[in-house]
Amino acid sequence: MSQKFRLENGGLINRDKKLSFKFNGKSYYGYEGDTLASALIANGVHLVGRSFKYHRPRGFFGAGVDEPYAVVQLYRNNETEPNIKATEQELFEGLEAKSVNCWPSVNFDIGAINNFLKIFLPAGFYYKTFMWPKSFWYRVYEPFIRKAAGLGVASTKHDKERYEHKYEYCDLLIAGSGPSGLASAYAAAKNGARVILAEDKPRFGGSLLTSDVNIGNQSGEDWANSIISELKEMPNVIVKNRSQVFGYYDHNMLVMSEKVSDHLPKTKKHHPKQRLWYIRAKEVLISSGSIERPLVFGNNDTPGVMLSSAAKEYLKVYGVLVGKNPLVFTNNDSGYETAIEFKKNGVNPIILDSRVNPQSEIIDEAINLGIKIKFSHVVVAAQGYKKVSSADIAKISDDKKQLGTIENIKCDCICVSGFWTPTIHLASQSGNKTKFKEEIDAFVPGTSKQKETTLGAANGIFTLEETLKSSFTAGQDLSKKITNKDNKISFPNVVEKISSQHDKFWCVPLPKGKSYKRFLDFQNDVAVSDIEIALKEGYRSIEHVKRYTTLGMATDQGKTSNLNGLQLVSDIENKVVPAVGHTTFRPPYTPISIGAIVGREVGKHSKPTRKSPMHSWHEKNNAIFVDAGVWLRPRYYKQGSETLFEASKREAKNVRTNVGVCDVTTLGKIDIKGPDAAELLNRVYTNAWLKLPVGKARYGVMLREDGIVMDDGTTTRISENHYHMTTTTAQAANVLSHLEYYLQLVWPELNVNVVSTTEQWAGAAIAGPKSRKLLEKLFPNNDVSNEGLPFMGYMESDLFGVKARIFRISFSGELAYEVNVESNNGQFMWEKIIELGQEFQVQPYGTEALSTLRIEMGHVAGSELDGRTISYDTSLEGLISKKKDFIGKRSLNREAFTSSDRQKIVGVVPLDKKTSIPEGSHLVKDAQAPLPNKKLGHISASCWSVEHDNPFSLAILKDGKNMIGEKLFVMSPLKNKVIPVEIVSSHYVDPKGERVRS
Amino acid sequence: MLHIKCPHCGMRSQNEFSYGGDASVKRPELNKEISDEEWDNFVYNRKSLRGKHLELWQHLSGCRQWIKVERDTATHEIFNTYKADEEIT
Ligand SMILES: [Zn+2]
Repeated sequence: MSQKFRLENGGLINRDKKLSFKFNGKSYYGYEGDTLASALIANGVHLVGRSFKYHRPRGFFGAGVDEPYAVVQLYRNNETEPNIKATEQELFEGLEAKSVNCWPSVNFDIGAINNFLKIFLPAGFYYKTFMWPKSFWYRVYEPFIRKAAGLGVASTKHDKERYEHKYEYCDLLIAGSGPSGLASAYAAAKNGARVILAEDKPRFGGSLLTSDVNIGNQSGEDWANSIISELKEMPNVIVKNRSQVFGYYDHNMLVMSEKVSDHLPKTKKHHPKQRLWYIRAKEVLISSGSIERPLVFGNNDTPGVMLSSAAKEYLKVYGVLVGKNPLVFTNNDSGYETAIEFKKNGVNPIILDSRVNPQSEIIDEAINLGIKIKFSHVVVAAQGYKKVSSADIAKISDDKKQLGTIENIKCDCICVSGFWTPTIHLASQSGNKTKFKEEIDAFVPGTSKQKETTLGAANGIFTLEETLKSSFTAGQDLSKKITNKDNKISFPNVVEKISSQHDKFWCVPLPKGKSYKRFLDFQNDVAVSDIEIALKEGYRSIEHVKRYTTLGMATDQGKTSNLNGLQLVSDIENKVVPAVGHTTFRPPYTPISIGAIVGREVGKHSKPTRKSPMHSWHEKNNAIFVDAGVWLRPRYYKQGSETLFEASKREAKNVRTNVGVCDVTTLGKIDIKGPDAAELLNRVYTNAWLKLPVGKARYGVMLREDGIVMDDGTTTRISENHYHMTTTTAQAANVLSHLEYYLQLVWPELNVNVVSTTEQWAGAAIAGPKSRKLLEKLFPNNDVSNEGLPFMGYMESDLFGVKARIFRISFSGELAYEVNVESNNGQFMWEKIIELGQEFQVQPYGTEALSTLRIEMGHVAGSELDGRTISYDTSLEGLISKKKDFIGKRSLNREAFTSSDRQKIVGVVPLDKKTSIPEGSHLVKDAQAPLPNKKLGHISASCWSVEHDNPFSLAILKDGKNMIGEKLFVMSPLKNKVIPVEIVSSHYVDPKGERVRS
Repeated sequence: MLHIKCPHCGMRSQNEFSYGGDASVKRPELNKEISDEEWDNFVYNRKSLRGKHLELWQHLSGCRQWIKVERDTATHEIFNTYKADEEIT
């Protein structure tokens, strides 16, 4: 198919490289350097979608980030992506895209019936229509809205692309590479400042690529190219295209999204799709330019109505005509530039200028070129459904209130210019309170809030000479402060055409008897009449009007609609625009993909994976691993076709009958040294610590200041002023911070140092009746008898030449030891234990068996110390010293903590001794009671007791102390289970604790 | 993301720190008899100030020191940072 709207010559595209692409299933050609939008327009395609609410036909309105209409679903490399602007998507070979928000097709759209029913869809229609009856919401309204009102479909597949994050520091970050960005970057770079220059488009230069100006005897485009190539060569400068600075956060942190591969058919190997840059800048220069403002008239959303600057960009950058019979409707000189470009390319435009008798150089040029101009004329309404076919135009009175006779003229596009709106989003995001500038009828940044300086058009400066001068100066001055260099650059000679005053006119009145929709927000279908209704209904605050009408709330965030909406509200309210104020700009400036935000922190990359020094042994021996915090721990060691249940039962049973070995490296370990170490422990733990002898361990419980149990563990006195503390795996980091807090802030007088040694020691728990026999083999030179190494004893030894620490402590309730060696010897220790334990039937056991063993002996762990329980609840009140003060003690006097029927830990056994009890189930008195059934407690942990060979659980139960022997019901609505149970002691195994002392 | 000057390490990003609340709260002395109200004020009751706030941060992924930061809770402006034992002027 030929490109009927492509010019023979011109543009910045590469005509030597033809690219084929598909839109809505049809094949077309474009060129390298095209966007999807420019290639479609070149092929005469103007219908790209349907609008959000009324499903009216949608074409192209802009040529870049401000585009409200041309949002498509993109297909690339077997993936699909919604919410892609055709005006930003660069063409690549094989690109496929489809229209969104239309069903069954863009040409025949069932939703368009909304357009004829629009009387039912006024402002606030979501609030009004979908409010009642309530039950309709889930069944009827929501599914309807979801189907009818999407802007594309997100892929449900795993995204295989890579997204990266990068952190960068610089002296000056410059957002936008138009004249102000280039000038300031150049001046700052010459002063030796570290500069990052970011451009969201593929080409640098901004407005210089399309305006007819001359800088230093070069065209604007040539000047831009020469500056960019010089900047690229400088080692202190980073120049990035396809990179949008979309957010200005606290303390001069800006975030930029770089589209590394989106313009390619496929991401190159080892490249990311997109890269997110976190940039901390000393100074920020905002050179984001301005966006042309639409003019508001009847059916101004018809395909073919577009910004005049966009029409000019399609012409000059892409060599594409948006129409062959164009009408230019303007209230300022910018429309003339577009008309002149048309004329130069052999097309005869007609200019309608709302102004009475404007005079300027460029108007003279248009007149001299023979362009037909109608002053005091406006477009009343566009005609044509899927594309503009003609326009109703009329003369307008000087006060802009009366329309003359309406005349219909043929045209195939209407290029509108309602003057310019500075892009102040970044400045506003930084906290800058913007101010209204009367001369340009728009907001510009006020006093800098952070280190931001706004330049050029973004600051409301619309002449090139002033823009370049102020930007050179800003770049020079700001960099001088940082680098102390003062490299003067000579200012180039600038030739440009000076514009005359724009017309303060933006909305064409309705002719008598007509009710054309005049749109303000093109993406969300908000018309003048909607705003009028909202105000009639009493909405006053612009923030409320915005939410009620959804003005500016679409994915383009009102880039083209914002100011016109404000103008309308201020006109109706008889206020000036600054009194109405504008809604808050929030990041991101333009939609950012979730993948870019997440970066590489996906799945297993979301946090580090820690492995114990014995990990490879576990792997070789069929360990099935489980995530324990950031650690990978063996859950069980699979033999043959064993299930988790069978394997953990075997492992636990072997501990009770022979001996087992468990990798306990992950337990938190804190080394505590200093003359006041005992005093610190005495204040941190609830029990007494001042008299613990050297070579002894003690179990301790620590509280938070609010009296809730924080953690438990054993601490061993290694020598006079040296202790070794253990914490649970989960709380290790918190306990260290907790100790540091008290040592540094509360009791700095204590002479103690604490440091984490979790990763310095590899740990193996050796548990079971045969554990001492195994220990004798491991340490033949030590006396490990009950007298030589009693319960809670500690000794230092030598494991075949390797320094070792032996603690006689038990988590399983059996005779047990824990051996620690330095991490690099962990594997050696483990292999020795397995080797020498063979004659005692040693078996490794995982976390599942470990849990079983601790549950059936009633030893509390994380599921009981859940941040809601106190010592009494977990039967640890025996460890509370009456004689001394400690962290959290004062809280224990609180009324609820001392009440006589307080919750307490108990054991739970099903009456049938068969049914396993789901963790998290509730305990109730009467299973038949009406809902909500009063909960007496909950199941905190469940296991299959290997000692008794039946299910056993721990529970935290109200008045648990007096409930032993009671019959209750366990209810799990989630698992649909009701189980009759008996409450027993939490110590289901060896209640007297004889085994650990044997 | 805030940029916080650790008095020990220099300027660092907020994600190296953890927040520790109001720095003006003083823990009652050990073994001292105090009323329920005083204790509750220490454990629970905090002012949610708008404006200048002296607060604790720990340089967790750095020197692990607890520091004091004088910050405006509305604007996030940081006026000064201090070591734990530093006299506040
Ligand atoms: Zn630090």
